[in-house]
Amino acid sequence: MAIRRGRGVAAINYPTGMNLGGDPTQALVHSTPTGNFMVTLSSVDLGQGMKQIMAQICAETIGVPTDRVVVDTADTDTGPHCMGTFASRGTHRAGNAVIQAAREARQVMLEVAAEELEVNASDLETDGQGKILVKGAPQKSISIFDVALSAHFKRGRSISGRGMFLIPRSYPEKETGAMKPSTCYAHACTVAEVEVDDETGEVTVLTVKNVFEIGRALNPKMVEQQLVGGSWMGISHALYETTEPYYPNRDHGGTDFNQYLMPGPGDLAETEIIVLERPSADGPYGAKGPGEMCANPQIPAVANAVFDAVGVRIDTLPITPERILRALKAQAAN
Amino acid sequence: MAKVPVQFTLNGSETAEFVDSGTTLLHTLRDKIGDTSPKGGCHQGTCGACSVIIDGELRLSCLTLAETCDGAVISTTSGLSENGILHPLQRAFLDTFATQCGFCTPGMIMAAKVLLDHTPNPSRDEVVEALSGNICRCTGYEPIIQAVLTAARSNSQNAA
Repeated sequence: MAIRRGRGVAAINYPTGMNLGGDPTQALVHSTPTGNFMVTLSSVDLGQGMKQIMAQICAETIGVPTDRVVVDTADTDTGPHCMGTFASRGTHRAGNAVIQAAREARQVMLEVAAEELEVNASDLETDGQGKILVKGAPQKSISIFDVALSAHFKRGRSISGRGMFLIPRSYPEKETGAMKPSTCYAHACTVAEVEVDDETGEVTVLTVKNVFEIGRALNPKMVEQQLVGGSWMGISHALYETTEPYYPNRDHGGTDFNQYLMPGPGDLAETEIIVLERPSADGPYGAKGPGEMCANPQIPAVANAVFDAVGVRIDTLPITPERILRALKAQAAN
Repeated sequence: MAKVPVQFTLNGSETAEFVDSGTTLLHTLRDKIGDTSPKGGCHQGTCGACSVIIDGELRLSCLTLAETCDGAVISTTSGLSENGILHPLQRAFLDTFATQCGFCTPGMIMAAKVLLDHTPNPSRDEVVEALSGNICRCTGYEPIIQAVLTAARSNSQNAA
């Protein structure tokens, strides 16, 4: 009886969005009278930071500072249609819709500015700080604040835009079954090192090294946050979490947080995160959806590490001490 | 049933309420007084989201009866900032991205505050121990541990 070490690797290919009746998200953008911009969505921020990302995308497209943009995700009854926050689709689908809406609003903004400055709208550019300038003659400029006032009180224009991003439903080809159920694949690879006590079946994760390829990281700190938390959650899925330990038998299923196991702050593995950025062709500013992927590759990596350590394949999650001991017993019997 | 009068100091202000006997402090704070910073996660003392500080000790407000708090001094996360300036722990949680959905954050900050009040320069192990009664679903804990260590460092710099 001994503590045995093992190392496992896993690589995954992760899709963005889903293929039910089509995958649409809409967005509306409008300016306030003082030149702030409002993004209206019914996509929901679950804490992953969607409001921040949508504000960045809108600000980048219109050409204003991010703090000039307010995102309202208040109400699915009244907001523009969104399929929802799931399948890692929020940044990709809603982000594309926001870009389209913001482009339309920017065009109106430049047209109003052009009337005020008596130039062609195509000769104008934004400085990203709240001003619109004539290309090549930056001394001739107008603030977006003044443009909005003019639009609202003088020109009778609505500086606004509509955005719609739709991935149409994909049907399988009759002959081959080939289809495109999702778009924009992100990738990840994890190497996990574990110790397995072959007497108790207990697994200790020593290190987890993750590489994530997520398109462009629109907000690198928030990406890191998502990936660090997700890596922990992947280990939690692999070794601890279940409401149905003897599925389909309900016996011994946890019914509260006392009985629903997750690793606590004292059980953390040494975790490394590396982000690779390969901007996607159809993503908003190159982004992909890393949301749920971050908790996936650790699971097969841990399972492989357990196999490397003690030579048993556990194909039911979570990989509990009981399952390992039963597998070791069966292995010894053979 | 007759209501029970309770008076305590909440975040520096004298507060008085009539509560039903058996009402939890969590319910009283959130639904009677309107301080929603303590969160109701499990309502059975396992998640730590409802943590508040009572007379200098970390307590679970979901397991504390309001009527036992007569004369107590109670602090919650909503009372930490002063004149619009965030408490060093709040600042550190923001700066180190130690919060995602935010539901556990007020309880984590209360647990960390009690630690730093008693142990201004804690070791990593002491931080882990102090947070061990609080569950987080999003962050994987490491950013929270780093936030508490960061706040401790900024406190000691301010003191020096």
